[in-house]
Amino acid sequence: MSRTPLDTVEHAAATPDVELPWAELGLKKDEYERVVEILGRRPTGAELAMYSVMWSEHCSYKSSKVHLRQFGEKAPQSDALLVGIGENAGVVDVGQGYAVTFKVESHNHPSYVEPYQGAATGVGGIVRDIIAMGARPVAVVDPLRFGAADHPDTKRVLPGVVAGIGGYGNCLGLPNIGGEVVFDACYQGNPLVNAGAIGVMRHEDIHLAKASGAGNKVILYGARTGGDGIGGASILASETFDDAKPSKRPAVQVGDPFQEKLLIECTLEAFQEKLVVGIQDLGAAGLSCATSELASNGSGGMTVTLDDVPLRDSTLSPEEILMSESQERMCAVVEPGKVDRFLEICEKWDVIATVIGEVTDGDRLEIFWHGGKIVDVDPRTVAHDGPVYERPYARPDWQDALQADDANKLARPGSGEELKDQVLKLVSSPNQASKKWITQQYDHFVQGNTVLAQPEDSGMIRIDEETGLGVAIATDGNGRYAKLDPYHGAQLALAEAYRNVATTGAKPLAVSDCLNFGSPEDPAVMWQFAEAIRGLADGCQQLGTPVTGGNVSLYNQTGEAAIHPTPVVAVLGVIDDVARRTPVAFQEEGHLLYLLGDTAEEFGGSAWSQVIHDHLGGLPPKVDLERERLLAEILISASRDGMIDSAHDLSDGGLVQAVVESALLGERGARLVVPDGLDAFTFLFSESAGRAVVAVPRSEELRFTDMCGARGLPATRIGVVDGDAVEVQGEFTLPLTELREAHEGTIPAILA
Amino acid sequence: MTARIGVVTFPGSLDDRDTRRAIRVAGAEPVALWHKDKDLQQVDAVVLCGGFSYGDYLRAGAIARFSPVMDTLIEQAKAGLPVLGICNGFQILTEAHLLPGGMLGNDHLHFICRDQKLRVENDSTLWTSDYTAGQEISIPLKNMDGRYVADRRTLDELEAEGRVAFRYAADGDAADGYGNPNGSLHDIAGITNAAGNVVGLMPHPEHAVEPLIGTGRTDGLPFFTSILKKLVNV
Repeated sequence: MSRTPLDTVEHAAATPDVELPWAELGLKKDEYERVVEILGRRPTGAELAMYSVMWSEHCSYKSSKVHLRQFGEKAPQSDALLVGIGENAGVVDVGQGYAVTFKVESHNHPSYVEPYQGAATGVGGIVRDIIAMGARPVAVVDPLRFGAADHPDTKRVLPGVVAGIGGYGNCLGLPNIGGEVVFDACYQGNPLVNAGAIGVMRHEDIHLAKASGAGNKVILYGARTGGDGIGGASILASETFDDAKPSKRPAVQVGDPFQEKLLIECTLEAFQEKLVVGIQDLGAAGLSCATSELASNGSGGMTVTLDDVPLRDSTLSPEEILMSESQERMCAVVEPGKVDRFLEICEKWDVIATVIGEVTDGDRLEIFWHGGKIVDVDPRTVAHDGPVYERPYARPDWQDALQADDANKLARPGSGEELKDQVLKLVSSPNQASKKWITQQYDHFVQGNTVLAQPEDSGMIRIDEETGLGVAIATDGNGRYAKLDPYHGAQLALAEAYRNVATTGAKPLAVSDCLNFGSPEDPAVMWQFAEAIRGLADGCQQLGTPVTGGNVSLYNQTGEAAIHPTPVVAVLGVIDDVARRTPVAFQEEGHLLYLLGDTAEEFGGSAWSQVIHDHLGGLPPKVDLERERLLAEILISASRDGMIDSAHDLSDGGLVQAVVESALLGERGARLVVPDGLDAFTFLFSESAGRAVVAVPRSEELRFTDMCGARGLPATRIGVVDGDAVEVQGEFTLPLTELREAHEGTIPAILA
Repeated sequence: MTARIGVVTFPGSLDDRDTRRAIRVAGAEPVALWHKDKDLQQVDAVVLCGGFSYGDYLRAGAIARFSPVMDTLIEQAKAGLPVLGICNGFQILTEAHLLPGGMLGNDHLHFICRDQKLRVENDSTLWTSDYTAGQEISIPLKNMDGRYVADRRTLDELEAEGRVAFRYAADGDAADGYGNPNGSLHDIAGITNAAGNVVGLMPHPEHAVEPLIGTGRTDGLPFFTSILKKLVNV
């Protein structure tokens, strides 16, 4: 689709009245007018392509920016933070000269349209963010949410997503160590496919996305550029689905994990030889993003000759080349004297690499095509000065009624027999059931450093073989809690991830988040968003764990129906010696079970209320972040000093869910006694936060309870690891074989 | 003096660093070999590690089999050089006709990653002498194309000559890693050539050499200690 004559800057200036398809490219009228104002003329077709993708919601955060600022403003003092928000991913100091980078991103819309490729390229994208920081990727995690488990479309979406994550991640050689799988009818039509990755490097290897040093060369390397994913960020990720519009499948990219594996190895080799001045991966908005961000973060300008971009399809127009989201591509800035060596390394790995431009001492980004200048912009206006919206927000009028619909008033089981029946229903419900059928499609072992992987409370990777230094990561989010109260719901997600990291013995250090919400054009959704961010920023401040980066996914909505507000929080922690880690599984008979924390009657948003009553109402559990911090300190000390040999955090499903999981994983039962002051139902099903259950060897009991007593953490002895059943004295006994059948049979029965 | 064991890196190899670590843990010296280099650097043995060489495009192992390093490797393996192929390495060995048969996609059509129970059938190869025939071991399995197939005559030959080195252990609960995980004929997990110097298997012994890591077992270590003892004549 070549235009005659070529729409150069000169041509654009001379033909001010030419109509451009700004609306088709997703720009609003006032946004287009702002582009004209910035340039002092109408944009060329290529310029319009760049502005339209870079100013999309997905790339510019135009609706969320005003709220996201709180993460910076309320950031707690942390010595650990080496690189904060704004780069490809945050970087945290974990000691011994090591730095760890991690981030969670969404690939929600593409994964609904084309589950396999959407999910696969989600993994690819987050991994390139990690490489772009200078790190070797060491693990991935995947928090997933789908519609109701028994909905026919879930059978289309879920297996494709899982196969895509496995197909890509397994082929890259990255162990998949964590994540979640949640089902809820609210995600029907809008599944959430979030992908997280961790990378490790030495402090001195941190790289940033900036082009500096006039005369330095801009090298595009990796896959050839094709017609896939054109407008992915603007058209797909930044609009709601609408049956009336044509299928969006052509906007989904296609992944080639083999190419990405080569990209990882050749990039790391180039880093090792110190050949790279600046680097950026090509993800959303492709070359438009990489060139404008590199140029605007650096000291000078940049010229690019688009004719030199290796193409998969020679008929692509310059606009399409700039917008293409073909995967497995990166852009490096390299000093002229080092270009030959850089190209040599690429050749060793059979990776195509081409010099496409140069850093200049000017301040413009200029792009040429067939000898004509088709882009001449101030790169900041493309990359950073996008529109900022103060979207109206208002507490929805249904919020009061929702909170008044108290779950604590729901009918409770009246007998031991009924309790037993509800326990079986709970542990076999799709959300509480074992996800082994899914996670066994992911490689957990590759790289030979996996200490813990799902279903453990957090994934844990050894990063130094000599000292045993390791990192842990947990991701959590509970859309039901957040729907009831977005502020506290976000804090509960943070608290749970923080607790999960500490439960395995690691010290929580920093946070990344993936904020999944409905349409920002709906004031009720915008209120949920604003409240969740406020809650998360306040919570991070209180816990001393800064937000290092993350991702916002809006427009997760079909028609009027938005998803539950779903902030997913990832917490990264460090452990000095992975030999001290604490697993979930019961290790030995006779060890004493202690419940840490306070249990109140809290059933709002609980798994019990969903499974037994299909109910969502009331208030979520109370948040006490000081208590979370104390609990974490106790768990970490107890792990380090060998006072506990298994631990499990209590969250959705409450105590009984945790005990059943520990028993099944350890192939050892438990005898429980309902403590004084609690009824059996509340003891088993309440979802009060700030709690964990630990197994204490008898020889350590006194030391452990003394420590809890001295620090003021309630620790209640609730039973003992014993036998081959879970028994609640005076109420019921459930053999492990029956529990296993209930817990592990559900997901295969639905999906296999 | 210890033995030098080479590990070949093809484009898309994933477990090369892990395999070198396992060799080190066993007490031998790992040597990194590059697929474009015909020179085996006078190593005493070679491991073809797991991964997705060339993305498993065309067919697992089919392209890697034509890498320059393979010319030397095939020639020397026929002359007695000890070679172990793990997962993708096993696939490459069958593509190179150093071992008979081949691998198809798993019968359930999914990637599978689990701690797999195996029964050692042949403890007289260069790579299995630290095991005892009949012994049950547990090591990670992780693959997409792990279903071993061969024609009837080849299977009969393998059985008659005792060249099935490992079988998936069937008598137990699937939840504990028992059972044939992919539809492999005769429950075959690994085989040896007639001379016993070339062994291939689908599960990953290099991921079971340290007590804290992975499954927490060290059932895979004897692969590497077996060959080490043969090479240094302990």
